[in-house]
Amino acid sequence: MDVAIVGVGLHPFGRSPSLSGLEQGAIAARAAMADAGVDFKRMQFAFGGSQDGGNADSLVNLLGLTGLQFTNIWNGCATGGSSLNAAYSAIKSGQYDMGLVVGFDKHPRGAFNPKPKEWGLDDWYGETGLMLTTQFFAMKIQRYMHDHGISKETLVSVAEKAFRNGSRTPTAWRRTALSREEIEQAAMVSEPLNKYMFCSPAEGGCALVVCRADIAHQFTTQPIILKTAVVRSRNYGSFEVFAPSQAPEVAQSPTVTASKAAFELAGIGPEDVDVAQLQDTEVGAEIMHMAENGFCQHGEQEKWIAEGHTEITGKLPVNTDGGCLANGEPVGASGLRQVYEVCLQLRGTAGERQVPNQPKVCYTHFYGAPGISGVNILTR
Amino acid sequence: MSEAQPLHEGLFTWPSEQPELLGSRCDSCGEHAFPAQNSCRNCTGANTTVVPMGREGVLWTWTIQSFMPKDPYRTDETPETFTPYGVGYVELANGLRVESRLRENTPETLSIGMPMELELIPVRSNEEGVQLITFQFKAKES
Repeated sequence: MDVAIVGVGLHPFGRSPSLSGLEQGAIAARAAMADAGVDFKRMQFAFGGSQDGGNADSLVNLLGLTGLQFTNIWNGCATGGSSLNAAYSAIKSGQYDMGLVVGFDKHPRGAFNPKPKEWGLDDWYGETGLMLTTQFFAMKIQRYMHDHGISKETLVSVAEKAFRNGSRTPTAWRRTALSREEIEQAAMVSEPLNKYMFCSPAEGGCALVVCRADIAHQFTTQPIILKTAVVRSRNYGSFEVFAPSQAPEVAQSPTVTASKAAFELAGIGPEDVDVAQLQDTEVGAEIMHMAENGFCQHGEQEKWIAEGHTEITGKLPVNTDGGCLANGEPVGASGLRQVYEVCLQLRGTAGERQVPNQPKVCYTHFYGAPGISGVNILTR
Repeated sequence: MSEAQPLHEGLFTWPSEQPELLGSRCDSCGEHAFPAQNSCRNCTGANTTVVPMGREGVLWTWTIQSFMPKDPYRTDETPETFTPYGVGYVELANGLRVESRLRENTPETLSIGMPMELELIPVRSNEEGVQLITFQFKAKES
């Protein structure tokens, strides 16, 4: 039994001072159900998550206390993707035929400030200034640039594309295209990554209505089939955030293992994908994830990006809505936004940023600390 | 140095003229870890031994922390007195790559592959006025 997505909803990412995180989740949920032409009473289950917006199952206070199974999911920045994965399994198993996936968040301004104890570390690690995700991302791309010949110009190109695509996306947070010069001259955060090369914590909500594919036609004329949903954690030796030491041998990242499993289950390969959303916490992540997900060889990104292959008009459009860089990251909702975007692309309703030639196969990849990765493959 | 003590016990030999990092080696598979831990991340074994891991290595990757971190960062600095610091992974003789602050803090003075050596630095003073110290790496003097 295939799993179908028959409704999608999004509360715009960015800042919404008058709304709580929970309210933004409820708006997204109602939009997704309206899109499918159903109400909350029809939902047999829900999976949801939020970091700073409160318990997702509190949404029943806003949507209705119908007695459904509502399970909270928490997997760092992989929360949204993990929620969809749980819903996929719930339908696939035959337990339920229709349910809701929802993610929302409302983070304080500025960078996250994680606590060492919550990550199995002692206080010295944070007190001496090593507990910053920005440092890890900078060090990972620094080594990658050294090993695979990626230039600083390519980092700039990825940021430029993100804000250009964001400018074509009505629901994006950063909707102003930036010139190369503006990006190059931005304040340095963590060498080689500057202010415009990182995404920021933000607010927003996103929801999806999923059901058995054989009843999908009751709710929409354009069901999207979720062919596979795979989540993996890290193996020993994977280079990950918040690690006081790293193994001598660098192992394949969880993105590689999740991607391979997803392609195998879907029975297709990277060459079959028409549009991809790849976790772009910062520009280096998008570059590395292109190869880790099997779309090109390590080092080929330099040529791919210079030749425009990842642009909306290229052979593999990547992060067509501007990704995390232009949308910001409400961590509970971020992985679901990627799916929302490819659903619009598959329906042909993505407006100014619509990928030409009616894309048929889409791919989303999310990543969370300290080494959780997931992949969804969707088709019309 | 009587008025100084490690911020955290067990990260490096103390007191010592030539401090070395301390880690653990798995009794079953020989894999190292830093800081020392009782179990093995590699083979899942439950027996390890604390071992000195030397004071020299090679820079594997690096970045620069250009603004003063917020909580949980805790030093005697203020935003006015904050000095950017390097951060990197230093590959030790046993192959393990240890994350560390670096004395060098400009792109011109940092490069992958450069030889590094350990030094101890003050972090802050505690309520009794005792200086708390931690480790960092600096470019090895030739």
